[in-house]
Amino acid sequence: MSLIETVDLCQRHGEHDILKKINLKVDKGEVFTLIGPTGAGKTTLLRLIDLLEAPTSGRIYFDGIDITESRKLRFEVRRRMAFVLQKPVVFNMSVYDNIAYGLKWRRKKRDDIREKVNSILEIVGLMPYKNRNARTLSGGEAQRVAIARATVIEPDVLLLDEPTANLDPTSISKIEELISHIAHHYGTTIIMATHDMPQGQRLAGRIGVLMNGEILQVGAPNEIFCSPNSKEIAEFVGIENILSGVMIERDDNLVTIAVNDGTIQAMSDYAIGDRVYVLIRPEDITFTLAKDSSSARNIFKGKITGTTPVGQLVRIKVDCGFPLLSVVTKRSAEELNLTIGEEVYASFKATAIHTIKEWS
Amino acid sequence: MDEIGQGFLKAVEFITSLDPEVMEIVGRSLRISVTSTLLATLICIPISSLIHFHRFPGKRFLISLIQTFFSIPTVAVGLFVFTLFSRAGPLGGTNLLFTPTVMVIGQMILIIPILLGLTISALSGVDKTIVDTARSLGASGFQTAIAVLREARYAVLAAIIMGFGRAISEVGLAIMVGGNIRGFTRVITTAISLETSKGDLELSIALGIILILIALVINLALNRIQHR
Repeated sequence: MSLIETVDLCQRHGEHDILKKINLKVDKGEVFTLIGPTGAGKTTLLRLIDLLEAPTSGRIYFDGIDITESRKLRFEVRRRMAFVLQKPVVFNMSVYDNIAYGLKWRRKKRDDIREKVNSILEIVGLMPYKNRNARTLSGGEAQRVAIARATVIEPDVLLLDEPTANLDPTSISKIEELISHIAHHYGTTIIMATHDMPQGQRLAGRIGVLMNGEILQVGAPNEIFCSPNSKEIAEFVGIENILSGVMIERDDNLVTIAVNDGTIQAMSDYAIGDRVYVLIRPEDITFTLAKDSSSARNIFKGKITGTTPVGQLVRIKVDCGFPLLSVVTKRSAEELNLTIGEEVYASFKATAIHTIKEWS
Repeated sequence: MDEIGQGFLKAVEFITSLDPEVMEIVGRSLRISVTSTLLATLICIPISSLIHFHRFPGKRFLISLIQTFFSIPTVAVGLFVFTLFSRAGPLGGTNLLFTPTVMVIGQMILIIPILLGLTISALSGVDKTIVDTARSLGASGFQTAIAVLREARYAVLAAIIMGFGRAISEVGLAIMVGGNIRGFTRVITTAISLETSKGDLELSIALGIILILIALVINLALNRIQHR
């Protein structure tokens, strides 16, 4: 049985539908990540799950019990969860007292509190700051206080809203380590919202894609990143080559798709005549100077129309009758002399392509 | 000029020698105003929280109304309390007119709007996410309110000190309902008023200096609090 289940959850603010019929199941001990652009409704969904606000309609089940209506039940269940808000606010008191607050509210014994707070201070690496006023901490440290404060009450469910937004890379990796530690050590069910997709991929067991108030796809990170089920998701997860085409031929699983003037060979189940989107990840495209030096099924001659350096990588735009974008290392860009105006062969395997049916 | 200079010297002597009459008046002033401030605080903190944490029609109007009474003339409160407690008044039977008790009541009425208004704005000054943070960590409604009050503690303390400052420095109310009875209801401000009209400047100046010192201490405390 799922620990948390939402049924047709809707939230309206005035004329605006923030969430539309959200049906979600999260299992006990699972790390579930909600990804989606800013304004998709991730925060609202987390607030509803944490019972901080009431939904316009729909129901929420916790451990199989409907907790939507009863005030008393909602309070009891809220006490079994902890929510780390996007903007970490700390109380104007010491780091120790901040972390102890949730335990004091639960009327735990002083000795218990001391033991638990000290142990979590060690885990989050804030022992040296124990007696400092939490207001004097940096953003990353304050976020660690917020996570420690939520974890110390040993919740069944930990909700995290963009836990690493606006943090520097070192702080981000510390927070991510901490989240994995909590998931593995305490077996806490974690529901996390993020717009940082690689983070979702690193931490999550399952990912739910939330866009415009709707859950569009739920699945393992690999499914979401390699086989998104809509063009919007494909764009959001960073598949930058999305071409529109028509299925014209099939040979077993191998199909031929007409795209502009050319044809692309791919693996797909759709029928001949279907209009489809052809998705190719930039990192799956390789460049060669001669046509016969690649074994891939799809080889196109094209002219380079743009290059943009990104750290140690270069993004190359090629016009092959349709635009293609690829990423190569700086070194191979130099070796192959990939500069604007040069002609190259772009190739990619039929198996690297994911197709989505175009709904008209 | 000489008279004032002499008066000043004598005043300093009064203070340094801890003159019994001066000390008695100052002690009574402090007692009455501290009592009225503490009682007003006990009333205002829960009421401010109730107003702040609840949504109801006319809330904004109520807050404006409270703020209007910040600068209510002390004599107006004096008149109100006088008619309330005078023989013919509704509370005349209590026989409290011209006692320290009625002075405390009058001062409470005077400073309750200030305490209410400033406490409400102190609570509004607390980051809104504090409420969500507290609730999400399992605080009940009451525990959440306490957490917010705790966040606002310095601003609330500042409000209390402001109220005390107004209570101890007002004169109109103290004279009207206290009656300036020597050894019973005479406080710093009423004594200054009386002694000055009698031409006895020494005592007036001594009490004036002490009142200013009290005001100075209050302001220093306020400053310290506000810079935390």
